[in-house]
Amino acid sequence: MENLLWLIPALPFLGALLLILFGTRLSRTLVAILGVGSVAVSALITILLGLEFLSNRPEFYHQEVWQWFSVAGFTPSIAFHIDALSMVFIFVITFVGALIHLYATSYMADDQDFSRFFASMNLFVGSMLMLVMADNLLLLYLGWEGVGLCSYLLIGFWYKEPANGYAARKAFIITRVGDTAMAIGLFMLFQAFGTLHIQTILTEAPEAWSVGSQMAVIVALLLGGAVGKSGQLPLQTWLPDAMAGPTPVSALIHAATMVTAGVYLIARMYVIFELAPLVQTIVAIVGAITLLLAGFSALTQYDLKRVLAYSTISQIGYMFLALGVGAWSAGIFHFMIHGFFKALLFLCAGAIIMALHHEQDMRKMGGLRHKMPVVYWTFLIGAASLAALPIITAGFYSKDQILWYALAGEYGNTWLYLAGLVGAFITSIYTFRMVFMTFFGESKTHLEHPPGKVITIPLIILAILSLVGGFIELPHNFPHVTLFSDVMAPVLPGIYANEGLAANEWMFQLVAAIVSLGGVFVAYLFYIKSPQLLTSIERSGFAMALHRFWHSGWGFDALYDVLIARPYVFISKLNKRDFIDSFYTGLARLAEGFHVMFSETQNGILRNYVAGIVVGAIMILTISLFL
Amino acid sequence: MILVWLIVILMAGGLLAWLSKKVNPEIPRWVALGAVLLDLILIVYLWINSKTTADSAWLLSYDVPWIPQWGVSFSLALDGLSLLMLVLTFFLGLLAVLISWKEIKNKVGFFHFNLLWVLAGITGVFLTMDLFLFYFFWEVMLIPMYFLIGVWGHENRTYAAYKFFLFTQASGLLMLLAILGLYFIHGSGTGNYTFNYFELLNTPLAPDAARLLMFGFLAAFLVKLPVVPFHSWLPDAHSQAPTAGSLILAGLLLKTGAYGLLRFVLPLFPTATVEFAPWAMLLGVIGIIYGAIVAYSQTDLKRLVAYTSVSHMGFVILGVFAFNEWALQGVVMQMIAHGLSTGALFILAGFLYERIHTRDITQMGGFWAKAPKMGVIALVFVMASLGLPGLGNFIAEFLTLVGSWQADNWLTVFATIGLVLATAYSLRIMQKVFYEPGPQRESFRDLSFREMLIAVPLVLGLLFLGLYPQPVLDMAQPAIKEQLQAYTSPEPTIAEPKTAVVQQPKATINANQIALNQRAFSNLQIFKSPN
Amino acid sequence: MTSAHMEAALMLAGVLFMLGLISVLIRRNIIFMLISVEIMLNAAGLAFIVAGTKWVQPDGQVMFIFILTMAAAEVSVGLALILQIYHQLKTLDSDAANLMKG
Repeated sequence: MENLLWLIPALPFLGALLLILFGTRLSRTLVAILGVGSVAVSALITILLGLEFLSNRPEFYHQEVWQWFSVAGFTPSIAFHIDALSMVFIFVITFVGALIHLYATSYMADDQDFSRFFASMNLFVGSMLMLVMADNLLLLYLGWEGVGLCSYLLIGFWYKEPANGYAARKAFIITRVGDTAMAIGLFMLFQAFGTLHIQTILTEAPEAWSVGSQMAVIVALLLGGAVGKSGQLPLQTWLPDAMAGPTPVSALIHAATMVTAGVYLIARMYVIFELAPLVQTIVAIVGAITLLLAGFSALTQYDLKRVLAYSTISQIGYMFLALGVGAWSAGIFHFMIHGFFKALLFLCAGAIIMALHHEQDMRKMGGLRHKMPVVYWTFLIGAASLAALPIITAGFYSKDQILWYALAGEYGNTWLYLAGLVGAFITSIYTFRMVFMTFFGESKTHLEHPPGKVITIPLIILAILSLVGGFIELPHNFPHVTLFSDVMAPVLPGIYANEGLAANEWMFQLVAAIVSLGGVFVAYLFYIKSPQLLTSIERSGFAMALHRFWHSGWGFDALYDVLIARPYVFISKLNKRDFIDSFYTGLARLAEGFHVMFSETQNGILRNYVAGIVVGAIMILTISLFL
Repeated sequence: MILVWLIVILMAGGLLAWLSKKVNPEIPRWVALGAVLLDLILIVYLWINSKTTADSAWLLSYDVPWIPQWGVSFSLALDGLSLLMLVLTFFLGLLAVLISWKEIKNKVGFFHFNLLWVLAGITGVFLTMDLFLFYFFWEVMLIPMYFLIGVWGHENRTYAAYKFFLFTQASGLLMLLAILGLYFIHGSGTGNYTFNYFELLNTPLAPDAARLLMFGFLAAFLVKLPVVPFHSWLPDAHSQAPTAGSLILAGLLLKTGAYGLLRFVLPLFPTATVEFAPWAMLLGVIGIIYGAIVAYSQTDLKRLVAYTSVSHMGFVILGVFAFNEWALQGVVMQMIAHGLSTGALFILAGFLYERIHTRDITQMGGFWAKAPKMGVIALVFVMASLGLPGLGNFIAEFLTLVGSWQADNWLTVFATIGLVLATAYSLRIMQKVFYEPGPQRESFRDLSFREMLIAVPLVLGLLFLGLYPQPVLDMAQPAIKEQLQAYTSPEPTIAEPKTAVVQQPKATINANQIALNQRAFSNLQIFKSPN
Repeated sequence: MTSAHMEAALMLAGVLFMLGLISVLIRRNIIFMLISVEIMLNAAGLAFIVAGTKWVQPDGQVMFIFILTMAAAEVSVGLALILQIYHQLKTLDSDAANLMKG
């Protein structure tokens, strides 16, 4: 199996290549087969590889395809390194990716750019796989930028609308800001280690650097890249706008996979993050603040997809929190479960949006419970998992673990825990606000396309995963299952909880459960039981101002617009004619001016010439007299 | 001898193309195509059969006396760097002939004469190892280019042609002064008056003399490159030139500046360049950022691309003055990749101009729906220009930055920020031309077979450079080591001891030589008082 | 020659020269301009003579003869040009002859 590694990214790339070359000439069926098939076969290989991996438990698989280049000791290769961490990511990417591709064949069926869509999607899957499979940071960077490109192409997929193009460029440019920080980090890493090979760096770093050394700068720069890609503070503003893309894109790229690339990067380079405790604390703090800010923003959105977008930012905040407190495996576990339920929620949202003829405003939805039962139930499962309803949902187990380590972990403290807890409460409110607004109440719109089988099958599979996915890792006061962290153990170190608190773990679980159920109740209170409460709040001016502020994502967009975008465009426009050129044209003007002056003297009037001679003679005489 | 043929074929082809116009106006195209193709085949043959030996970077050389009493010889030599540049020259030359097939309708014979003579001049510049001959070829490529812009250009062509001519000519004269200065210093020092590059290489120079002479050379190369603030001829020349002219300007003429820096400035003045390096790198960074900012607001597509050239060439100077192998390999890659990607963008502008007769991007829009093939190809070029990994420019920029990081951290940081700005202007091209709905146009055809024949090799070339650049890097490596011999790395290199950067300084200056220099420098006064 | 005489003679030469110069500058008739130039030449000649007398040297007279010859040559060329101008332009106004102004 190890020799087949290269096929996993190669197949989607091949699919993309074929679709780019011949896509317009192929029939839709063939395009769909190529597009879905390439990813599905990749997923199949991944599953086979994964089974072998689980049974043999090798430390890693490695395959070098070719040496990329070699300059004076800088020798990155196109080579793959698969360990448990990469395995989880590859699995989510190919498996969830294949389901989303399948779903998209129906979702995009009427679009005239059918083949372009699948070409870009395949390209994305290929690049994302490159990112997580790379054995050196340069190849990782290739995937990193590649997914950025695909994200740009797919956000701006419906390019006729200039707003979509704007959102696409915004996404690309803002993530590129992070990428630039990361690139500088790579230069520094290269200077420090003379290589960008990940495993070499990870083994050499603890010997070469002491804790708290200059390494912190490098780590902070890498964090910059991670923050940009994963939509964390302060580079989170692109993600809500990225919802301009087709919904399968939002599900795959902006929920399940690409935005978690930052999480992957941090987990991958955890050794050097551990060498910089300060930066690791920053990771946790960034996560905690982001999850709160995005949660509050999600509360106020009316666009179904924007709620999900903010919730994605918020959930990735949880992952950052986990990574920041050193609960590596918990962060990755939450990534996997989040991949399932968030993809599910997006796909359900897509089904709703399609059924309602591209209506995304939740205020115009309602009462869909009976009209779309499959979507309703699967959405409910996804929502329950997102809100972390206790015992039955996978989200509970993954999020509880994070909350627990945020308090009891090595770097955990009360504040981080509280932030996580408040976040969980808000999550549960906005999630069920979404459920109640969409599926309950009276029906407001006419249903156009009831979802077909191709839509519902991925939903059901993802719904099952969102429920049972959690059972592979249970807390130790439950039947203690640690399948996931066992697999992760060779790659990511375990975390030891505070002994004093461990005895009372059940208490904190109870609190988490109550908070999440409480959130559901609050949502029920405001949106089903007594909506008049909501209107009374809306009457207050302060509440409305706060609402607007949160709705606009805490004003970050406006801030960046005023601080960066506008001055840049202004300066650029101001200097459109290139002021340096005016120096040279000035020189030319000066020469021309002299030319005009002197040609003026050549006027053919004899007396002027004589006068000139006289004046000249007098001047010369005067000078020779006085000198 | 084969080296002489490379030049002679082009020059003779040019004359033949001019004369053959009388027979049939279509023949010059075929003559030009044949001549360039022949050269391309020759150079590829040379590449395949090149055997780099460990002891010398030089693959081939040819040397006959030309004006022996002045020490001028007709001396050509080929190393990896020249070979790569020549492959690029003939490849782009071929595209330039193809791109003009439909575009150029008047004075076809004279056009191809000029085109081939520019190429011949460039070939000469890349090959010659005699400074007198170098200056000769430098001028040979200038004058036909002046005609290309001035005769077949767009609406404001006369102005642009003059501007181009004045900038390059004035700076070229400064270089001539420096060449003569070097000639006399070397002559009076050793008694051997010669323009030969290899003999001039180890001329002992007093610091002041070295500095002055270096600035003379720099003047020509920095203007050609171009470096802000000497760039202002470039947007005008680029936007007014016919497509083939822009292609050759961007793809090749700018590279002669970079080549000159590598070939002449670095090895001839090892100490003076080290002194000047921080300023040069600063100029590079200013160019990167300034070019990017100005590019963003341009509405003339060709002008926009011209400013992106300014920005990209900033990386070249940044890398050249970092003095290490990564940076210089990056520079060589940048020369090639930028030649392809920016040339490609000018070709794209040419395609668009042929269809809608404007270069104004506000008059464009929505072409993706009408011309998907063009869209995809444009996307590749635009992505190359913003440095997407997997395409040649990324390797170039990354290596350059890795190298310059070793030399100067903060400047590298600012140069890297240039990548973000590159994203902004590059995506603007895509948005305005292909995505956003523009004015309604009745007919807009997709790329024809001939146009695909031009564009697809460029795409393949960029992908090849991005994914497997090793052959190019291997070819350039001995030459680069040769240029770097006189330098130690400005900073102690990283953990890997096998890196080739650390070399013993060759040009150690002892007291004896300084005395010699002082005498030599007094000879420089020749220029001031004819005595 | 006493110095008082010489001063008066030089003064006369200067006045003559200035008269000639001024009339060259203010006259438009080209013949008058020619005459004025002759006056200036003669003023210069007078100065030479005075100087020659003062130092008791023949050089001043030599120079005067030289000037006379030159003036004759000049007048013949000048008159020919004037004739041509008159033929071409039907006027003796020197300002009319500015057809080649740049």
